[in-house]
Amino acid sequence: MKLPAFDYASPASLEEAVALLASRSGSAKIISGGQSLVPMLAFRLAAPELLVDLKRLQGLNRIVIADDGVRLGAKVRWCEIDRDAMLQGAHPLLVEAVRHVAHYQIRNRGTVGGSLAHADPAAEMPGIAITCEAELTIIGPQGQRVDKASDFFTGSLTTSLASDEILTEIKLPPWPAGRRWAFLEFARRRGDFAMAGVALFYELVDDKIADIHIGAIGVADRPLRLRAVEAVLNGQTLDDRAIEAAAAAVRESVDPPSDIHAPAEYRRALLATLLARALRQSETGR
Amino acid sequence: MRIANSYIGQPIERTEDLRFLRGRGTYVADINRPRQLTAVILRSSIAHGRLNGIDASRALQLPGVHRILTAKDFDTEIPRIALRLQPLSDLEPFHQPMIADQKVRYVGEPVAVVVAETAAIAEDALDYIAVDIEPLPVFVSREQADAALLFEQHGTNCAITWKALRGDADAAFKMAEYVRRERFKVQRHAAMFMEPRGFVADWDGQKLTVWGAAKTAWYNRRLLAASLRLPIEAVDLVEVDVGGGFGSRGEFYPEDYLIPAAAKVIGRPVKWNEDRREHMIAANHAREVECEVEIAATRHGRVLGLRGQIWSDVGAYVRTNGSVGPRNVAQYMSGPYAIENIELTSSMLLTNKTPTGTYRGPGRFETDFIRERMLDLVAKDLNIDRLELRRRNLVADRQMPYPLASITPYDSSTELDSGDYHAAFDRCLAEFDWKTKEQFSGRLIDGYYHGLAVGSFIEGGAAGPKEQARLVLEPDGTLSVYLGSSSVGQGLETIMAQIAADATEVPYEKIRVLHGSTSHVKEGYGSYHSRATVMGGSAILLAAEKLKQSIKASAAKRLGCAAEEVVLDGEQARGGNRSIAFAELIEVPIEIEAEFFNNKQTWAYGTHAAHVAVDPGTGHVKVLDYMAVEDVGRTINPATLHGQAIGSIVQGLGGAFLEHLVYDENGQLLTGSFADYLLPTASDFPKIRSLTVDLKPCPNNPLGAKGGGEGGIIPIGGIMANAVADALKHLNVQPMELPLSPPRVWALVEAAKAQLAS
Amino acid sequence: MKVEFELNGTRVGADVEARTTLADCIRDQLKQTGTHLACEHGVCGACTVLMNGQAVRSCLILAVQAQGERVVTVEGLSRDESLTPLQAAFRKHHALQCGFCTPGFITTAHALLTEEPEADEERIRDVLSGNLCRCTGYVPIIQAVLEARSAYAHKGNEE
Repeated sequence: MKLPAFDYASPASLEEAVALLASRSGSAKIISGGQSLVPMLAFRLAAPELLVDLKRLQGLNRIVIADDGVRLGAKVRWCEIDRDAMLQGAHPLLVEAVRHVAHYQIRNRGTVGGSLAHADPAAEMPGIAITCEAELTIIGPQGQRVDKASDFFTGSLTTSLASDEILTEIKLPPWPAGRRWAFLEFARRRGDFAMAGVALFYELVDDKIADIHIGAIGVADRPLRLRAVEAVLNGQTLDDRAIEAAAAAVRESVDPPSDIHAPAEYRRALLATLLARALRQSETGR
Repeated sequence: MRIANSYIGQPIERTEDLRFLRGRGTYVADINRPRQLTAVILRSSIAHGRLNGIDASRALQLPGVHRILTAKDFDTEIPRIALRLQPLSDLEPFHQPMIADQKVRYVGEPVAVVVAETAAIAEDALDYIAVDIEPLPVFVSREQADAALLFEQHGTNCAITWKALRGDADAAFKMAEYVRRERFKVQRHAAMFMEPRGFVADWDGQKLTVWGAAKTAWYNRRLLAASLRLPIEAVDLVEVDVGGGFGSRGEFYPEDYLIPAAAKVIGRPVKWNEDRREHMIAANHAREVECEVEIAATRHGRVLGLRGQIWSDVGAYVRTNGSVGPRNVAQYMSGPYAIENIELTSSMLLTNKTPTGTYRGPGRFETDFIRERMLDLVAKDLNIDRLELRRRNLVADRQMPYPLASITPYDSSTELDSGDYHAAFDRCLAEFDWKTKEQFSGRLIDGYYHGLAVGSFIEGGAAGPKEQARLVLEPDGTLSVYLGSSSVGQGLETIMAQIAADATEVPYEKIRVLHGSTSHVKEGYGSYHSRATVMGGSAILLAAEKLKQSIKASAAKRLGCAAEEVVLDGEQARGGNRSIAFAELIEVPIEIEAEFFNNKQTWAYGTHAAHVAVDPGTGHVKVLDYMAVEDVGRTINPATLHGQAIGSIVQGLGGAFLEHLVYDENGQLLTGSFADYLLPTASDFPKIRSLTVDLKPCPNNPLGAKGGGEGGIIPIGGIMANAVADALKHLNVQPMELPLSPPRVWALVEAAKAQLAS
Repeated sequence: MKVEFELNGTRVGADVEARTTLADCIRDQLKQTGTHLACEHGVCGACTVLMNGQAVRSCLILAVQAQGERVVTVEGLSRDESLTPLQAAFRKHHALQCGFCTPGFITTAHALLTEEPEADEERIRDVLSGNLCRCTGYVPIIQAVLEARSAYAHKGNEE
């Protein structure tokens, strides 16, 4: 499985990188961690003419925790998220979700930006982006723009990124201390892509669920916000009845594909089970 | 005077490890020859069709591409792969041609060989080759009832039907108080060894040398020489380090011919390295079986008979060793149990899929799943304890040798040699602590249903007919042991050195073992059917005895005494009251050859027990504890045997839960990489325990040993399915198919719940 | 294209195509064949090497991306005269059979224990779940890595 031939460039600036992408009218691709791209090249599922390596670009691998939220540069690697002592407290949902990504060696190279741009429907980072209503900063020939996560993921392995644009940063809204949350996925083996997964958080107002956000991965061609399920839960006490109603709402509101690993009805039921379990887990207020 | 048998039975650390741990092994991908070119194989992307033409003209224009060879470049009549075992004339029409010849019959069938400067360039060239295939209907499942014929002249897609017979099954079923009939399915999966296959072939105008041999080099050499119309002496197959085989590597594949043939045609060395995607469609698949079987018993649970039909999906051709598994499913379904009346047919069904071959415990994994499931169903129906039912039916030592069913055609009979099956059964239950764990059966704890199961099995080994060893004792006291057995990672160099050290009394450190290459002995047979220790080891014993006699005779002359008076002691010979050092005695190397003949299989056996926990919401099954006990007659190296057992068990667990080669209705393999074909990892099955005992030596070879490398895998399917059924007994979940993947277990739970509700 | 980096303590250079992976460069151009290829799509871990002390899949890195970096393979973790404590532990526990996956396990375990000499069994299993072995069933590998921890306990960040 030798790779197809391509040209390679390692520009020193974002402007140069954008110009290189633009110069090949759609047949240039970015390489950073390479953990998703190189396997595709090995299977010859992609044959770009030029790879533009972000290796020399400075300033894209910062983790910034501030009052207006958590910013992750596109080149932040999973292992750097593991090692950041402040992030566990600043955004526990992010850290928990990232714990499930791939394996040790992949985590030393794979990047946040790479995962978002690759947009695998079962990937954790896109799921977090959707659940948390993240904002994605993108640089292109026309300058900088910001996309909402809900506009960014447009289909399986597809995003709003044009072929001459580069994702530079993701910003997650601020995370209040003591917020209730949970992340739960089910994969065949440790590190595999999830067969289904759920991320959620909510506030408690007068002991009732408020402003709940629920995201699901692995059950559609992109990560989903389960707004219909959120509607069932908002304003409710978190009890068995509410959980059962939410699980039923999940089964109504998703239409997963069937594939070699699982038929649609399994994924549908699995997601409902995971949601119920995640809600119960959130009660312990980790 | 050294104590005999100071090495046999010891967990000696392996000599092989010293190079493997440092990255200094030499695997075939590490071999390079001057002026070599690299080959990549163009394979059919269509499962069934008429091959009308190949246009490689555009590909030949790519810089770095040297030749693109198709059928006509190799021979006017394309040779076929002859079967190594059970070469029945009935199966000849289904032998695979070395390269696709007029038809393609599976996705992955070789169509052309691209030879280029590098693998990358050769792969680039594949896209530029136009293959004209006229598609034909695809036959992938028995339900399609011969919709398309793979071999039109044959008239059906059933290659052959074996029959296993013992006693009078019809009579037994007529008079039985209890009969149950069930259908079972085992999924297609494969050995999936870690080192992909490869060859480096070098033709110097007179001699063809091929690196990359494994398992059965002598047979392969004969077939290769005949296919290339060369005398056998002109062909040498060299075995280097081998990254696992499990029954699948080493059999003769098309590439075993294509690469050497390419080297001969082109006149430069040719190297080929399979990649993993290619391996998945090119290397033998295994285990795809379905059956309809009935069991007859008395109301006290004494099993009277087995009757039924088995179908094996053997893929597009019968290549070596495609017939072993299907035959074994029928012949060994009774396992370690005394079942007197058997009538089972086993049909080999040709389909447009990758051909199948042997994979560790071929047919045995499948048949034990069927039988052990049946036994638990019988126990439930008759309200007899599952342990008691097995105890009532296990063959007793006093019944040995115990004949198993005979197979026709190719009259094959065998009998269980020795064993205390009940002792192994009880030992396993004790080590597993069944008494304590029993309380968990069917209980719901923290959202998981707990289940237990136990099962017994037999493991055949030491296939004949013979094996050769050649010992060469140098004047400096070094002993070289040349063997027909081959290494597939099982620690051959160490084990054989242990046997040789004890047999010759040459110090262990002065022994080196060379294996598997055709230049080593005149005729070897290789490593398969767990035969290396018994066959190779026994050959060493015979050669060692001859060697000692030879040394004693020489020493007697020099010492002036009778040969019988001579005592060998480390590096000298003593006789009368004089002694002479070997260094003085041996002026030229002493070379001794011996052959060990054997036509009786050995039968290792044992019992496994398991404790699982099932999550009904996800269908996930956790294996909380797994205990394996096996009697191998006589253990040569307990460390390597234990390693084999654990590895074998984890492979079995992969087969029970994770691994599945899935085809669509067009004969396309959907699980084509490690992302979709799921192998067990370090976090999947942490609690595996294994114990080997030497209860009853084998009476049929001088070592008293039984082949023991495959046993671990054999009972796993049945035990896991029984444990899941036990866990979910409140719902009466009864798994009849493998794998027990989460969606399937979940579906069984949901179906059972719906059934109960209605 | 020319690429220069440090391999097992020595400055090396190679002439590669952009598409040449680090694994192929190490094996073919630099003749260090201890790093093995078993899948070439980033799942099996047999190709694991250390880059700047971190375990990485060399089949997923382009050789040109290694420009200026520090690469260590299984050969660089070996000694001529004797086995290292990690290697000796593997041998003692019979943590290898065919040996093909072994270099990947050695490099990965070395990276893990260098950073986390107190890793417990669960952590070790978690990390090694990214390396496939078909022969051993993993039990002896875990035992070997657990035993090797004591040799890393006071080592700091030495490679």
